[in-house]
Amino acid sequence: MELTAEIVVFAVFSIITLTGGVGVALTRNLFRSALMLLVSLFGVAGLFVLLAAPFLAAVQVLIYMGAIAILIIFAVMLTRGMVTARRVMNDQWSVAAVVALFLFAVLAVIFVQVGQGESAVLPLNPTGDPPADGTAALGQALLDPAQYVLPFEVAALLLAGVLSGAIYIARDDEPDEPSQTRG
Amino acid sequence: MLKEALIQAGMQPGWAAFIDIFLGVLVAASFGMVWVLFGIWVERKMAARVQDRIGPNRVGPWGLIQNIADALKLLTKEVIVPRNADRPVYFAAPILAVVGVILIAAVIPFSPVVIGTDLSIGILYVIAVGAFGVIAVLMAGWGSNNKYALLGAFRVVAHLVSYEVPMVLALLVPVMLAGTMSMQGLVREQHIWYIFAVPVTAFLFFISSQAEVGRAPFDLLEAESELVAGYNIEYSGMVWAMFYLGEFMHAFFVSILFAVLFLGGWSGPGAEQIPFLGIVYLMLKSMLVYFVQIWLRLTVPRVRIDQLLAFNWKFLVPLALANVLLMAFLFKIIPTPDFAGAQAIATNEFAGVAGGIYRLFGPNQIAELPRTGLLLLGNIALVGVTAALLGQAGRRARRQVEALVDETDYTPRAEGAEHTAEAPAAAAR
Amino acid sequence: MVPLWMYLVVAAALFCLGVFTVLARRNAVAILMGVELMLNAVNINLVAFWRFVTPATMMGQAFVVFVFVVAAAEAAVGLALIIAIYRRRQSVVADDANLLKW
Repeated sequence: MELTAEIVVFAVFSIITLTGGVGVALTRNLFRSALMLLVSLFGVAGLFVLLAAPFLAAVQVLIYMGAIAILIIFAVMLTRGMVTARRVMNDQWSVAAVVALFLFAVLAVIFVQVGQGESAVLPLNPTGDPPADGTAALGQALLDPAQYVLPFEVAALLLAGVLSGAIYIARDDEPDEPSQTRG
Repeated sequence: MLKEALIQAGMQPGWAAFIDIFLGVLVAASFGMVWVLFGIWVERKMAARVQDRIGPNRVGPWGLIQNIADALKLLTKEVIVPRNADRPVYFAAPILAVVGVILIAAVIPFSPVVIGTDLSIGILYVIAVGAFGVIAVLMAGWGSNNKYALLGAFRVVAHLVSYEVPMVLALLVPVMLAGTMSMQGLVREQHIWYIFAVPVTAFLFFISSQAEVGRAPFDLLEAESELVAGYNIEYSGMVWAMFYLGEFMHAFFVSILFAVLFLGGWSGPGAEQIPFLGIVYLMLKSMLVYFVQIWLRLTVPRVRIDQLLAFNWKFLVPLALANVLLMAFLFKIIPTPDFAGAQAIATNEFAGVAGGIYRLFGPNQIAELPRTGLLLLGNIALVGVTAALLGQAGRRARRQVEALVDETDYTPRAEGAEHTAEAPAAAAR
Repeated sequence: MVPLWMYLVVAAALFCLGVFTVLARRNAVAILMGVELMLNAVNINLVAFWRFVTPATMMGQAFVVFVFVVAAAEAAVGLALIIAIYRRRQSVVADDANLLKW
């Protein structure tokens, strides 16, 4: 197909994403592995922009790169001593590689088969255009009683509960609290 | 214009759009780096005057060339990379920090027609790009292979991430008032500057943006006179200069953001017709905000990390939440301004004096007036309630301290007399 | 316009990289990073299908928002558990947390 700007940008961001993914899987140094995760997440944000979802791209950068990745980096640093471990992979890594490759082969074959050629079930081109103000439409969808306000509120409750629980689990035990077990 | 010319010359529309936007963003980003030379001079001169000295005045007239001389010096300085430092991470950190700042320049509306790219999610993009700065700090702290740099980086990340919360909450209000997240939209919808409608939000955004940039009193990020520069310890020469420039650019871009969000951006008499005037107005307003920033920095002492975080979580975040709730509530109650009606009155020749007033001040502005006034009343009420609560908390704290003092039954004169009476008596014994 | 199957193949590749990371790495934090990769692959899939099949409604994007929320929640809890386990057993290797093994 012709070399439009879109194809080139798609190729660039796909390479960024997959390189980051490979880095996460194979890097020995855990901090660098976390940085590769950041690269991969940035690539995904770029793909979102290509798919006409700029709001999701910005939220991806803000949440994944700006919060979750930092959380992971903090966990890497707080559990130091494991940063340059003796072994990177565990005993079953060859089986895991076979499983992952097999899964990818199956999926890729399916997608290529149904995505192009005569029996194209998947659309080659978008079947329409997103609404003019996609962000406003998304906001409406998330707050409309007939649409997704219930999952939205449940997600908010989930976040509140989960984060409180996480803070409680990760809290340092007070040294002056008497221990429960005696004798 | 460039896009159409390229398309006519036979380039594909996708590539033409890409090059058009890319060049626009490039020019907008270079502006920041060119300005920073002037901006640092302004800051140093002002700091000097506040501290009763003169500041740079040897290199060039009034020391204007000082920054170029500094840049030359830093370029020629040796970059000392610590042993066992993680080299790719060590060198990538300042680049990421500067990139995260320059990317903000791509969406600043300099004038009605001059903007890098008018994203539909302009404000959200600015916040998202701030995440790059946080990551850069972590990388700098880790890559230096220095446990003090790492500790400094932890603190900085906690600080930056904490102050994002009131900043984002404060940014919700102008977006709500304007109905759009795009920067040009925010400027165009500000018929009356938002600082008059929502001053509490402006205050919140100003304070939290100062903290995000790392300016005093939230100077802990590097605390030059105390911690020997925190996560910057192991950086010297040009890589340090990148952090330094990045910080100044960030401070200036944040003042431009304040001007765009709350002071009307490029709007002003004649800005629509002559785009260059738009740039002038924006620069004047942002220099005013920058002046206030420097003034704050030079006159207020630095806060400790625990005071910093307590200030954020116990004061700014509840205030920001209450502010958003109150503004949203008022926004829903107050009817939307009747722009069409105001336009009709202004263009109606038979309206007499009223028509004259409408034409003089601008029909959109007059239509916006009742909403602005009511929001301002809401803000004043919020300030009153906050002041009352703070006063109560202050009085309670003072009562606690006074209770402690009363317990010890301290009577200075009697004790002093006893001391002076007993000591010679004891010595005589 | 890039056809849909290309996005799906990229997402499948990312998903399989995540599966490999989860199954093959020893460190628990690395396993969590693999889970994040898988969730991102799912997100790419969702947005691609939204764009190509039903761009008029916002259902695809809303789903992605919920996946963001759940991923953030799960990352927070997972990391809290890892830190708690590290404090007790001084090891983040997933194989070492085997007290309940028969």
